[in-house]
Parts: sequence; structure tokens; C-alpha cells
Amino acid sequence: MRAFTVLTSKVMPLDRPNVDTDAIIPKQYLKSIRRTGFGPFLFDDWRYLDPGTLEVDPATRRPNPDFVLNDPKHAGAQILIARENFGCGSSREHAVWALDDYGFRAVIAPSFADIFFSNCFKNGLLPVVLKADEVQAIFEGVASDPGKQFTIDLPAQELRLPCGKAFKFEINPHHKHNMVNGLDEIGLTLQQADVIRAYEARRAQQAPWLFN
Amino acid sequence: MAKTLYDKIWDAHTVIDQGDGSALIYIDRHLVHEVTSPQAFDGLRLNGRKPWRLAANLAVPDHNVPTVNRRLGISDPISRAQLDALDANCRDFGITKFDLMDVRQGIVHVIGPEQGATLPGMTVVCGDSHTSTHGAFGALAFGIGTSEVEHALATQTLVLKKAKTMQIRVNGHVGPGVTAKDITLAIIGEIGTAGGTGYVIEYAGEAIEDLSMEGRMTLCNMAIEGGARAGLVAVDDKTIDYVKGRPFAPKPEQWEAAVAEWKTLHSDPEARFDRVVEIHAASIEPQVTWGTSPEMVGPVSARVPDPAQIEDPVKRNGMQKALAYMGLTANTPITQIAIDKVFIGSCTNSRIEDLRAAAAVVRGKRKADSVKLAMVVPGSGLVKQQAEAEGLDKVFLDAGFEWREPGCSMCLAMNADRLEPGERCASTSNRNFEGRQGQGGRTHLVSPAMAAAAGIAGHFTDIRSWT
Ligand code: SF4
Repeated sequence: MRAFTVLTSKVMPLDRPNVDTDAIIPKQYLKSIRRTGFGPFLFDDWRYLDPGTLEVDPATRRPNPDFVLNDPKHAGAQILIARENFGCGSSREHAVWALDDYGFRAVIAPSFADIFFSNCFKNGLLPVVLKADEVQAIFEGVASDPGKQFTIDLPAQELRLPCGKAFKFEINPHHKHNMVNGLDEIGLTLQQADVIRAYEARRAQQAPWLFN
Repeated sequence: MAKTLYDKIWDAHTVIDQGDGSALIYIDRHLVHEVTSPQAFDGLRLNGRKPWRLAANLAVPDHNVPTVNRRLGISDPISRAQLDALDANCRDFGITKFDLMDVRQGIVHVIGPEQGATLPGMTVVCGDSHTSTHGAFGALAFGIGTSEVEHALATQTLVLKKAKTMQIRVNGHVGPGVTAKDITLAIIGEIGTAGGTGYVIEYAGEAIEDLSMEGRMTLCNMAIEGGARAGLVAVDDKTIDYVKGRPFAPKPEQWEAAVAEWKTLHSDPEARFDRVVEIHAASIEPQVTWGTSPEMVGPVSARVPDPAQIEDPVKRNGMQKALAYMGLTANTPITQIAIDKVFIGSCTNSRIEDLRAAAAVVRGKRKADSVKLAMVVPGSGLVKQQAEAEGLDKVFLDAGFEWREPGCSMCLAMNADRLEPGERCASTSNRNFEGRQGQGGRTHLVSPAMAAAAGIAGHFTDIRSWT
């Protein structure tokens, strides 16, 4: 997994609460066999005026000019900010894959749904929980100047505003360790490869039929 | 200290105890199918990783496969892409796979036990929630998500939190015509679809001991519909006899040691469970679901329940919605519900015993004219072969039932087999959710004998009074 230490970027303001996984990536795209390629379908229903499926080339569809992702002012933003309960709904990992594939590295919100939150850490997308008034301040900052650069400093656990102000955020130490070192759960488990091998050797003695 | 069966398997598979109620657990067997695995294999590639232990994995296509004209291939391009991806992934990484045309192909939860790839005391995982089926062998078996599929492939382990334990005792013996399917549906009716959330269920009692291995698989298959990620049945002589001689079973020189270990796979008499539920087997009738959740179930002798009788407004509202979707009127006798289609199949009820039970009902009879389609989909090519050797295919065909190739089929309607909007089906599968068997389709879950009888009568009928 890609490491996350310090990221400086513009912020994409998605001013909605309860953004659910169906909104993030609708169900017709779950038939895909890939983990990548969901970026063009991120927020599909809001982003396009006409319906889509896996077979329809997104370049041929009509973008919704009123949706924030289609606003050139915010192009290139790697941080998404939204209101409370982001990622509610189903357990589909495709939601995280779509945000990541589009180019987001972090999502800021006052709260996240459980499963989405843990899926983020399995995929290197940093969910940052800030207080509602801090989120409000960022929304206002972006509104006044969409080009403003914000910095998320994971080792220091803070988000720095262009004015020099900083908001502290909490994160589970295991999650932080994995993100900063670019360790996915698999990478972390593989650090214990010797212990797993020792277990296997012992077990192969006791129950050899399991290793036929 | 006295241990439950779950404790024993957990302890034997603990690689690292994290000390906080979770542990790194070793996975003995990983079953793979085409729908939930492609992204996991992609993940391995992206990170330059390989499967940890190739021999632990066994792959088979089942969810998307056609059940007719298999030689013509798959017409739906998206389904075909999923099968092609499974082919390519298994070839690239060197994983054993049963092809579409292989007689060993079938539903992943049917072929695991059939091949002896599921053994007592194992940990078994698969990217599919009905992996609970394999618990019938005293194996700890549960479904996982795509990231966990990748984790299991890459490390042969999973980071797991220990579950609570529930024992469900079905005391005494069931009456004639009452099957494992009826027991498992009756249990879900009793505990509810969330009753087992956070638990591993161990099924016990005389009625469970009475069941064949096929019946125990049917039972554990639906543990997940009761909310439990895994179900378990203790090992006994039936378990051991079933496993003996199967392709992946212990070699002759390993057999005695294996059996000695398997004989310890039961809960100690003093072991304590976090919850115990007792059910009287004799009180269980053949079951029919009437709603859109497996807990919306009752005996065939009953009537469709009346929401007006329900005090809890949330429950009443749920019941009204379900009856509206199902197109049913309160207080209608279950036996007066007419059906359009019959589906005998799925990982719940597609094994040889299920087909024998259904064939016994239809033998010498004809499908009702009002029934548009009655299809029998064996769980595997080997089940199909066995059934044909016994002449069961003829029995079904003579009765006007269709005899298909093995796969998941109309259990989830990912292939071409599905219900049309408004069609009502007597189905031996495990989920009666809205749209599960096709958009707008209405599913009633029943045993194979009950499904077969409904196909002959044109409506549900009590198999106990069947002549
Ligand atoms: S038969 Fe149905 S429940 Fe079983 S694995 Fe296939 S789709 Fe899932």
C-alpha cells in the first residue's frame, strides 16, 4: 500500500451529509472484475445528467455542470471534504476504490460510517475526522479561494490551513502506523511471516493431512 | 478448562494471540469463485505478491455459469469476463481450478465437501457468506470480503475477533416429512435473522445427530441467515465415513492419526456457551416462508400472518411491506398459495439426498399445467452423474421438470435463470429477499420435497399428507 505522510493539496468541497456508498458508486458498476477504473463513475448519479453502465463510455455522457466535481475551479484536488456520516450504506469496497481511483488521497468529515471507515485503511485512503466547526471553517476557506492549499500531516496528526492555523485530529495508532509506513494489513501480517512459517511447521507435524 | 468446539478450533489455529480478543488465525482451506476474487488477485499483482500456499486454494466457477447448452459458452459478456478472469488468475498463479466442462465443477459449497477439500477441524474461508455450510464437518467456516480474500491468499491467515458462542439444541426427533431445511428455517423463525449476530452457532441434540451429512450442510448453510457468520456440528462417525476415500482426504498412512484428532472435535460436556437455545424437534412442521426475509416463516399448516395482529409498529410495517411485495393477503392458508415456478437447487439443497427426496415425490406424477417452469439444478457435476446413474433425471423429465447443468442458477439469478416480475417460486434456496431471484420475483423457501410437491399440485401442500 502507498504510504501516507504529508499531503498538500486543494480541497474538493462536497457539501452534503450522509453520502452513501450507492451515491459514491452505484450498483451497476459492481459487476466489474477490476479494483481500478471506477474513477470515472465516482458519484455517477450526481456527476452526469444521463444514466451510465460499465459499457457506456463516460466520455460520451453529459456532465452535470452544477456538480462540484465538474467545476474546473476544483480540478486536481486530492482531498475531499463532506458533512457527517460519510460512507454509510453497504459494505462495498468499490466505494473506497472509486475515490482512490479518481485521485483522492484523503476524505475529511465530522463522522464516517464504520465499514467504510475500516475499508479506507485497507486501501490507503486517509479518513480524517474533524469537529463540525472545523469542517465548516474549511468549507468557508475553500469558498473564499478554491485554489487554497491545505496540508494534512499524518505523523503530526494535524491539518494545516493556509493561514497557518492547524486542526489536530485523532487516529488509532495501529492505523496510523500502517498508513505512515505504507503497510496494508497484508503487509503488516507479512512482517510476521516467520511466525506463520513456524506455526505451519508445527502444525504439519501434528496434522500432516492438512498440508497434502 | 472445558472448551467448546469453537474454542478448540480457534486455539488450534491461533498463530498470534493479539491479547485484545483478536488473533491472527491460520486458514487451512480457501475456496475461490469468480465473483469476489478478481480484485483480490489484482491486488496481489499490484503488490508483487504470490499466494502463500497454493495447495490451500481450490477454485471453481459457479455463480455466473449457464445451466443449459454449456458447450455454446456464455452469451452475457460481463458474466463471461468474470469466468475468463478466474481462468487467467488461476492459471497465472497456479491455483487448482475445476473448469466449466469438468465433471467436478459445481457450487463451491457443494464441491468442497464432495472432494474432501473440507475436513473436520479445518478453518475454511471463501468470498461468499454461505461458507458456513462447511461447518457441518466440525470445521470453522465463514464468508469473507474481497480484501480478506486477498489477505488469505497472500498470508494464509486472517486477523479475527473471537466470536461469542451459541448452542442450539434440537431435542428429540423430527416427524416424517420434516427435513434439515425445516429445522434450519424453524430455528431462524425462532431466533430471527439477527439472532446469531456476533455468535458462532453450534447445533446439537438428537435431531441434529440424526441428520445425514447432507442434512447438516443444509442446516449450517443457513446459519448466516440467522445472523451467525459460522455454524458448527460436532464430528461423529457419519462425518468420518463421509470424508473417507475422497480425493483430498487424508492419505491412508495419515488416516488413523486424522481420525484420532477428529474424534476430539466436540464441545466438552462442561463447556459453557454464551447463549443456549432449546427447540423441540417434534414440534417442527414442514416450513414455508411467506415474506421477504428468512425469519418470515411458518408451518405449512398455518395461514399468512395478519399485520393487524402485531403491536410493534416497526414489525407491523415490515410485515405489511413484505406482504405487499409478495402479493399475499393476510390470513390466506399457506396451502392455497399458487406458484408459477419451482427451483430445486442452490448450495442449501442440491445434493444427492435432496434430489432423491424431490424425485420420490414427483415419481409417476406430472407437473401442474399452471406451473410454467420446474427446474432441477444439481449442485455439482458429480451429483448430476450420481443422480443420472440412479435414474432420477428420467423421473424428473417424465414429470415435466427440467434437468439442468450444475451451478448457482436461480438462487441469485446472475445467469440467465430468473423469475419475471410478479412470478412466485417454490425454491429450495436460502434467501427470499426482494428481487433475489429476479426483479419483482417472489420467493418462498421450502425443502426439496415441499418444492417438488408444490410443482405437482400447483400450490403449496403439506408433504406429510402426500400420497
Ligand atoms: S447457490 Fe446461491 S447462496 Fe449458494 S453460493 Fe451460489 S449464489 Fe450463493
